[in-house]
Amino acid sequence: MFFKLTATSGQPLYIQLVQQIRHAVECGALRHGDQLPGIRTLAEELTVSPNTVAKAYSELEHDGILELRQGSGAFICLSRRSRSVVDHVEDARQRAGALIDELREEGLRDDEIRRVFEAELLRPAEVTVRR
Amino acid sequence: MIDLPAIETSRLSKSYGQMEAVRDLNLCVTANRITGFLGSNGAGKSTTIKMLLGMIRPTSGGGAVLGRRIDHPAESVKLRRDVAYVSEDKRLYGYMTVEQTIRFTSGFYPGWRSETAWLLLRKYELPPERKVRSLSKGMRTKLALLLAISRGPKLLILDEPSEGLDPVGVEQLLESLVSQSGEGTTVFFSSHQIEEVERIADRVCILDHGRLLMDLSLDEIREGYRQIDVVFPVEAPEREFRLPGVESIETKGRQLRLLSSGNTDEIVAQARALSASEIDVAPVGLREIFLRTVKSSHALV
Repeated sequence: MFFKLTATSGQPLYIQLVQQIRHAVECGALRHGDQLPGIRTLAEELTVSPNTVAKAYSELEHDGILELRQGSGAFICLSRRSRSVVDHVEDARQRAGALIDELREEGLRDDEIRRVFEAELLRPAEVTVRR
Repeated sequence: MIDLPAIETSRLSKSYGQMEAVRDLNLCVTANRITGFLGSNGAGKSTTIKMLLGMIRPTSGGGAVLGRRIDHPAESVKLRRDVAYVSEDKRLYGYMTVEQTIRFTSGFYPGWRSETAWLLLRKYELPPERKVRSLSKGMRTKLALLLAISRGPKLLILDEPSEGLDPVGVEQLLESLVSQSGEGTTVFFSSHQIEEVERIADRVCILDHGRLLMDLSLDEIREGYRQIDVVFPVEAPEREFRLPGVESIETKGRQLRLLSSGNTDEIVAQARALSASEIDVAPVGLREIFLRTVKSSHALV
């Protein structure tokens, strides 16, 4: 998969990597059983410290998204629970898409829709849901 | 992974007559990491590196590299077997060809990795038959790097390695450093190319006027450091911002610009309490941090 790490984004590189892999899993770009490059290979590819990749992989392993196998690399490994999260996110994406289409039809511009979404997300949640 | 120091100095100092090149330096470089050593010209980077390698004697203080004392001649000789050094001036024999240089150097090191050497020769596109004296500055740097890496060192120290390299060369250099680190080599490199340090380093040490101004991990910088711009309806109340975490303050009339190393929430709350009309918090790059830190240290001198 393709990664984009920004040195000056105010976020540690390993966190950017974790988020991008998580996102790739959520949107289906990476699936159960897919292989990721080994730590050294990916570090060289991205020209970042191998410790950055190691830290990201170990966090993803801890989250149960990645399995590190000695000598053979890293594999996406989704437990039933995280697979249901993936389905859930996909479902949410479709619902959000449908809502956006509806709002566009009603004549709202994209930047207006974006502002509405952002403002609503900033509002404290009425129901706290823990994943 | 146990974070043992590969380099540790204690109050390391070097004076040349009246000029103090390095002052009371307490440096700690963790093993298996990439550490960038930043500083302006004449900050004392090369002097420090030469003391670490036993090439010049400290005026006072001392230190250890890979557990061996740097001010102890016998220890320092043993030390040099495990440490590869790419110097600023890249001392090479001009009358030898590239290939002769590689073969000649390989004889000194029992752990020499021939395969790595030939691989890098191709990767760096070095002409094996060319005399070293006719190589460009960039090619000499690549050759010096090849020799250092092929030794399979535990610690790789480089003094301004990217000097004289074109953009492709810089990329190859950074890739090689990352790859070395992946093999478990500790990498310590001095530079004034901030972007290079920002891309590949785990930690950064900033030296200025021979003193260590900062020793931080890049993760800490990215997480903690922010530039906070505040606009007030009246003249900016600079004095109200002497808060923990504020590293520097600049004001221009109603505008105030802060560099914070943390505690951002409290600083923003303070700005709100002082009825700021606009507050902008943005991440800040190493370049900004370097320039501001050096500038405020100069203000103190």
